[in-house]
Amino acid sequence: MKLTIRNLSIYRQDSLIVQNLSTQIPSGSLTTIIGPSGSGKSTLLLSLNRLIPSQGEIFLGKTDINTIEITSLRRRIGMVFQRPALFSGTVSENLSYGPSLINEALSITEQQQLLTNVGLDISFLDRNASTLSEGQQQRLSLARTLANKPEILLLDEPTAPLDPHAALKIEELITTLQKIYNMTVLWITHDLNQAKRVSDNTLLLVGGKLIEEGPNIFSTPKDPITSLFIKGELEEY
Amino acid sequence: MDWYHLILSASFVFIAIILSHRQGLGLEKDLLIASLRAFFQLAAIGYILKAIFALEDWPYIIFLLLIMVYIAAYNASGKLNRYIPKKQSIGIAGIAISLALAVSLILLVSLTIIPFTAQYVIPISGMVIGNAMTAVGLTFNRLQGDLKANRLLILASLSLGANPAQASALAVKTSIKAGLIPTIDALKIVGIVQLPGMMTGMIIAGADPLEAVKYQIMIMFVLAGAVAIASMFAALIGHRLFFNEEYQLLDY
Ligand SMILES: Nc1ncnc2c1ncn2[C@@H]1O[C@H](COP(=O)(O)OP(=O)(O)O)[C@@H](O)[C@H]1O
Ligand SMILES: [Mg+2]
Repeated sequence: MKLTIRNLSIYRQDSLIVQNLSTQIPSGSLTTIIGPSGSGKSTLLLSLNRLIPSQGEIFLGKTDINTIEITSLRRRIGMVFQRPALFSGTVSENLSYGPSLINEALSITEQQQLLTNVGLDISFLDRNASTLSEGQQQRLSLARTLANKPEILLLDEPTAPLDPHAALKIEELITTLQKIYNMTVLWITHDLNQAKRVSDNTLLLVGGKLIEEGPNIFSTPKDPITSLFIKGELEEY
Repeated sequence: MDWYHLILSASFVFIAIILSHRQGLGLEKDLLIASLRAFFQLAAIGYILKAIFALEDWPYIIFLLLIMVYIAAYNASGKLNRYIPKKQSIGIAGIAISLALAVSLILLVSLTIIPFTAQYVIPISGMVIGNAMTAVGLTFNRLQGDLKANRLLILASLSLGANPAQASALAVKTSIKAGLIPTIDALKIVGIVQLPGMMTGMIIAGADPLEAVKYQIMIMFVLAGAVAIASMFAALIGHRLFFNEEYQLLDY
């Protein structure tokens, strides 16, 4: 197992957002996380690289993540947000940010390889990141995270702000990148068709609780709440 | 000036009160209370200063400075969000202001620009502490605002393996600037738009204007250095107030 989560509870400003969640994520799998808006999906993801505090146990392989030095944990568990969150500066500066934090330089060849892998033209390197289109920025954001060579990739609705065509392109890109970089992927999406297309495994969160999980929750849901959600009859919580 | 004439000058406050009444501003009570407070506070300080200036012992002077620094530090961190640890923020502000004050006094005294006597040390320290307080307050506020406004960027940095100093590097820079700008602006316009209070006071009290100007220039140079030290310390150390030990950005 790549990740083992046991009895995970997360409080934000005194309210319980994720309740007693336990699950296991196999190595090399692609797990989607679905659920109504406000159900705690983003909160769950943020706790996995310890960007927010949580209670319970999270193991990376066989190691408790609390025993791993925090910055190296975050390099090993990369994250891409819904919005690209690029730094002001060039594409090249954005790509080099992660390695530069530990005084490593990213060679031009490595930078070009990253751009090629995410489907961006290598001529973009010296361009100001803010001049890229939204879809291109999201690709750059992916490449910036990949520069750290993470073992796990956390994705928080990376295709949500994009138009359907660009979203589909990024979706394909992510499944390809997973294979190139041999990563375990946890991917929040509100697009159920996308979840069906890409996932090996799906977690359904409602009201901070893990309602159902498995490879077949779309075809053979066991919980009535799951059926409701799939039918689109569960908007909030 | 004698007390009789000072009290006559209160007629100016009555002009303001009458105007406020005529215009229905409702500020009469505020004006009256504020004027009475100014009168009693400053009169009290006058007597205290007179007593303090008679003090020759440096421990008294230091003790008084420490009280001034504490009050300033408390004020400088006053606008921080309640989720930001209070004691630490007062502590950091206190160190920032003391550092500015210590460097200023040590330089002034060791370069024999002023003697280490209460008459010089207390008023100059008052100005240094007051300006450093404003600078630290501005720096803290800017830091708090920037880190909140750029929350997603900070999270992105942290998620790429940045420590708090690396993640808040840009906010630290802009907040140092925010703390320094009022002092730099004051240096630019002094003497043109406004005559500084201290200088005006000295001239009216009968000092040679050139002598007053020399002191004013010296004070402004000292303040520029002091404020730079205070803002830099407040931002370079103070950014840690907004993160916890786990390198997590606090919710505020
Ligand atoms: N920083 C925070 N402080 C307080 N409450 C929060 C915070 N972040 C999220 N929440 C609350 O936690 C719940 C889950 O949020 P989130 O994890 O973003 O949901 P999702 O990603 O599933 O839409 C929401 O009710 C939200 O208001
Ligand atoms: Mg979310």
